[in-house]
Amino acid sequence: MSGYLFQAFIYLCAAVIAVPIAKRLGLGSVLGYLIAGIVIGPVIGLVGSETQDIQHFAEFGVVMMLFIVGLELEPKALWDMRNRLLGLGGLQVGLTALVIGGVAYALGVPWQSSIAVGLVFSLSSTAIVLQTLNEKGLMKSDGGQSSFSVLLFQDIAVIPMLALVPLLAIQQLVDKSHQTDLEAAAEQGLELSLIDGLAGWQVGGVTILAIAAVIVGGHYLSRPLFRFIAGAKLREVFTAAALLLVIGIALLMTLVGLSPALGTFLAGVVLANSEFRHELESDIDPFKGLLLGLFFITVGAGINFGYLFDQFAVVIGLTIGLMSVKAIILYCLAVTFKLKGADRWLFTLGLAQAGEFGFVLLSFTVQNGVIASELSQLLLLVVALSMLLTPLLFIGYERFLLPKLTKDQQREEDKITEQGTVIIAGTGRFGQIVNRMLLGNGYKTVVLDLSAEAVDRVGRFGVKTFFGDASRPDLLHAAGLHEAKMIVVAIDDEERALEIVRHARQVRPDIHIVARARDRNSVYDMYFAGANDMIRETFDSSVRAGRSALEGLGVHPYEAEKIASAFVELDLWGIRQLAELHNPEMPSHENEAYIARAKEVRDEMDRAMAGASQGHKGAVDRAWMPPGQRTADLEE
Amino acid sequence: MKSILVLYAHPAPRHSKTNKELAKVAQATEGVTFVDLYAQYPRFKINIDKEQEQLLAHDIIIFQFPLMWYSTPSILKEWQDLVLEYGFAYGEGGKALEGKCLFPVVSVGGPETAYGEDGYNNFELRTFLTPLEQTAKLCSMKFLPPLALYSSLRSHKDGRLEDHVAHYAALLSALKNDKFDYKAASARQLLIEGDLPLIGETA
Repeated sequence: MSGYLFQAFIYLCAAVIAVPIAKRLGLGSVLGYLIAGIVIGPVIGLVGSETQDIQHFAEFGVVMMLFIVGLELEPKALWDMRNRLLGLGGLQVGLTALVIGGVAYALGVPWQSSIAVGLVFSLSSTAIVLQTLNEKGLMKSDGGQSSFSVLLFQDIAVIPMLALVPLLAIQQLVDKSHQTDLEAAAEQGLELSLIDGLAGWQVGGVTILAIAAVIVGGHYLSRPLFRFIAGAKLREVFTAAALLLVIGIALLMTLVGLSPALGTFLAGVVLANSEFRHELESDIDPFKGLLLGLFFITVGAGINFGYLFDQFAVVIGLTIGLMSVKAIILYCLAVTFKLKGADRWLFTLGLAQAGEFGFVLLSFTVQNGVIASELSQLLLLVVALSMLLTPLLFIGYERFLLPKLTKDQQREEDKITEQGTVIIAGTGRFGQIVNRMLLGNGYKTVVLDLSAEAVDRVGRFGVKTFFGDASRPDLLHAAGLHEAKMIVVAIDDEERALEIVRHARQVRPDIHIVARARDRNSVYDMYFAGANDMIRETFDSSVRAGRSALEGLGVHPYEAEKIASAFVELDLWGIRQLAELHNPEMPSHENEAYIARAKEVRDEMDRAMAGASQGHKGAVDRAWMPPGQRTADLEE
Repeated sequence: MKSILVLYAHPAPRHSKTNKELAKVAQATEGVTFVDLYAQYPRFKINIDKEQEQLLAHDIIIFQFPLMWYSTPSILKEWQDLVLEYGFAYGEGGKALEGKCLFPVVSVGGPETAYGEDGYNNFELRTFLTPLEQTAKLCSMKFLPPLALYSSLRSHKDGRLEDHVAHYAALLSALKNDKFDYKAASARQLLIEGDLPLIGETA
């Protein structure tokens, strides 16, 4: 027990110290984790061989990341990128494998090993690249989307690669690794599989069934299931359900021999249209972040510095050579696929490393006797080192290339910039109307509501709403608080509403906040919390009721209208008069100064209402008085 | 028989002396459709379709208003801006109002002497109403010389208001029953003080 705690302590400690420092220095979180790993591993030696096992566990972070990427990608968007996915991705993997395999063969590596080396190095690091793109907000750019297409294709391509590797076995190596192989086999005895011993067509059938299960289940079963779970109103149960979903799909995919990352990605895409999307995203996100961090740490910790210094020139040479070859191929593809300016360089530099699947594939090739273990040692180091260098390339891109390139790209960037969305918290009678008015005028909204029933109810009328507690910061972030132009806080729970306003203002000093307030005191609270517009929920309707009453009593409708608008104006004046006396710490009925001034204000308002023409600045009909009329009225 | 539509615009009817009485007469005349624009549209959201239909259903359109800053009260201007649409009132295919009459009934606070080259208003009252005249022309409508009341604020004290109201009633009746002498009227600048262009009987 204390062993686990110690390990957890070390890893968390390293992350907590290194990542904020790296971020502060502008190096990005990925490099921070990698450095943390190097420090606790090779440098101080606090962690050792167990990093291998932890790494396999931490790779699950990639699966979660693809689930979240899927959640943010609607099926239509995926379909729209099919050309890039197959064309760009396919060409990148094919060409890179071919060139690097060729180079390896020329360097005297057996042809079977050369193919394997080519395949291993054709992959890039989904974990590092997506994490960095998200962190820097480059995901939506042309370069980011192209990079994502290639990474997705690579993740899918790993599966046929794993199938291909055993066919490349070299007899001597197989004999040599037979010993370890047996041990490994014994270890893997627990591994389950649904497709062992099935004929090819049966395997195909099972595979298609599994994918169909994910799509159909995600589409039809998830909704009632999540609604049921949300009905329990226990947050941790929903989190558990979200984890269960991801793990369950990963398990199913593993059982039928498919990539778990692909499976969860598909599930994410299927759920991208679901009202539970943001809730799922915010539930999975911390797990994803921690696991990915852990994964990066293990990459850093796993670097064999002893070997690196022995073979320094070779390792460095190979790493730089590898990255140059990959970059050149990527650049050519970027030109062919008409990526321009900054996007072209983002694509070229971003994907020039080898990736985490390289580790998996390498250990698999050694087990199958395709690559000699000495060679794999060297290659592992190259993979790790190239991953270590990637954050540096991103920094170089951002600091040196981007400033030069953005000048030419300015005009195109305007086109890419997404229209800022409006977050609407609460879809009750208040939020719904706001949402309809915004949607009707072409603004994009993200509507959140705490009640699954409400989400369901408005969903039937075709209003897209997401389930979730908007007072939770993580959910607000998942809903896009960081990019949103505005947030409309329309929930009736005053405490929660205040929390949302405070949080939104704290995170985004520049965002416009429209807040629903219950009464006058709530207006003050909202104002102090940072809202721009405070709208009392029943004020306008009360004024309209008063106006209708006046009309019903025979007052000319236009006069009633003027009285109503004068009342509104007077009331706002009164609110401003009392604002400085409002004390958030003290209920207003105990605030003597407030009460005294409130009485004065009300008397003034009454005077204005009663003697409409002489009252407060002649608010009601000052403008329409015929010449000399005012004095005439006074005389009568 | 002609049908008459009175569009009445007064922003503060509570303070009105003249127009209130004129409005009563118009409301009381059979066959006259009376619309208080400020009551109908207190928030200025004019129902264009409804107003256009109403225009189509009548032969004579009366604008009844106090002159405000040498123009119509703002809602009547808003009404013109919105209701007299291109393609309906003017322009291509805009013949809906062809042959109808536009008749302003206007009251002004200033005395008759204030209007004209020597008065402090510098121009004739009719001159201030030329925008309406040209509007009528562009809409292929006949513009009738306006019925005007000078010094309206004093009119209820010196007995002129009663006369004026009676004139208004007589004109409404004549217009309705085709007793209005359009030819004689066309020679007039304004219709004031007795001697109305009526056919047959005298006012």
